Amino acid sequence: MPDHDPFPLPRVDETNRPYWQALAEGRLVYQCCKACGHAWLPARSECPRCLAAETGWQQASGRARLVSWVTYRKAFHPAFADRLPYNVSVVELEEGPRLISNLVGLADPEDLAIDEPLALVLREEHGVAIPAFRKAG
Amino acid sequence: MPGNVVIAGIGHTAFGRLEGRSTYSLNIEAIRNALADAGIEKERVDGLFVKFPTSAYEFMYGQKLAEAAGIVPRIGGVWDQGGAANASLIGYAAMAIEAGQCEVAVVCFADNPKSGTRQAYSKPWGADEVFGWFGIPAGYAMIAQRHMQQHGTTAEQLGAIAVACRANGARNPAAQLRKPLSLDDYMASDIVVSPLRRDDCCLVSDGGAAVVLTSARLAARLGVAAPVPILGFGQGQTSAEVAQRPDLTTTAARASAATAFRMAGVRPADVDVAQIYDCFTITALMTLEDYGFCRPGEGGAFVASGAIAAGGDLPINTAGGLLSETGMPGLQLVIEGVRQIRGTAVNQVPGAALCAISNQGGVMHTHSTLILGN
Repeated sequence: MPDHDPFPLPRVDETNRPYWQALAEGRLVYQCCKACGHAWLPARSECPRCLAAETGWQQASGRARLVSWVTYRKAFHPAFADRLPYNVSVVELEEGPRLISNLVGLADPEDLAIDEPLALVLREEHGVAIPAFRKAG
Repeated sequence: MPGNVVIAGIGHTAFGRLEGRSTYSLNIEAIRNALADAGIEKERVDGLFVKFPTSAYEFMYGQKLAEAAGIVPRIGGVWDQGGAANASLIGYAAMAIEAGQCEVAVVCFADNPKSGTRQAYSKPWGADEVFGWFGIPAGYAMIAQRHMQQHGTTAEQLGAIAVACRANGARNPAAQLRKPLSLDDYMASDIVVSPLRRDDCCLVSDGGAAVVLTSARLAARLGVAAPVPILGFGQGQTSAEVAQRPDLTTTAARASAATAFRMAGVRPADVDVAQIYDCFTITALMTLEDYGFCRPGEGGAFVASGAIAAGGDLPINTAGGLLSETGMPGLQLVIEGVRQIRGTAVNQVPGAALCAISNQGGVMHTHSTLILGN
């Protein structure tokens, strides 16, 4: 990989550190509000529902559903050129928060249905643990 | 209020690749043409409402443009809503005129992503880059997939929008892309991010566009030749990130259109011609549903019926839209709406008296509606 175009790894900051740290320990967590109980991703410094700054983290069950997906046939970043075609999906955890992720283990990248059940699998990307999902069936 | 403010003049540059032209130069050419069209002297302009060039944010761009154009606005500046900003700025300019904040307002936009930087159009998506989540088309593809799965919308139906817009553009001498498209061509075009093909995606264009607004009363006093009344406007917004959308198959277009139709006192069925923002075919399809031109989920059948093509019940994008005339974000749709109401469009809808116009930005994140009519 050329120096000026490294693999786009996530930037860890004070707000999202617990998220990435939990993944490194093998757990997917989501953020929740200590005042109103609202649950969300990605990490924020305040609750987007009640605006409280007192937030905590909960471990996700790993059960989720597929909201929608795309399959890249062209690379928009050189680091992904050798992975074509690849899946990117919007996934909703059973606890409510939604996230962008990848589906893995697909025999056919288009053999999917909206709202179908998914299960969490962690994978490693350039040394960083990230969440991915597989069909739960 | 409806009809108290008019679009007095319209102007634009050529569309396409305009090598070596700055966005200031493109804006000023468009403003010069719009003022000449209105027959209003530049010295009367006391409002300057600018959508900054999408490709390159620049601090105080509106003030720098005012200086370059020799305009000293009493009110003005830039507004950031992505592609919805142009229509929204027309609403703000109309309110400013009604509130006595200015008398003659210019709304303008220019950009040069084709010959200059296109960085803004292939931007990475924050922390989600690690998943390979890049590029504007992918966001629209994510929405299109859900719509297709939920409502049975097909690629051929999306293609009907591209075919209709390209047919209109082919007859428009000012269009950037004048090559008509058949449905077979469309189905054969490369998939970029499934389910979207290359021909679902709008053009990338250099160019500038401007409109001049004033009160109906001042337009009459100044002898403006063809003022077009602004009957209604509205806006809507939803989450910035596609993943955070509570519902992927309906958009802020619904709230925006409801406000605009209520203000104008008209219904979707009254509309003769529409200019529907078609950055991607799915955008136009879902906007038609959200505006109430057809029922939710039935946009596919509606567009495939021929309703949106020339001679149909609701011709759309009669100059070619973003898919064929120019990929510029939205002001050219307003200009085409003005031409339709004036009766001077290339693909004129006979007797067009009411035109609905949509602008939208982000990935169906912001929306803005205008209703023009006599």
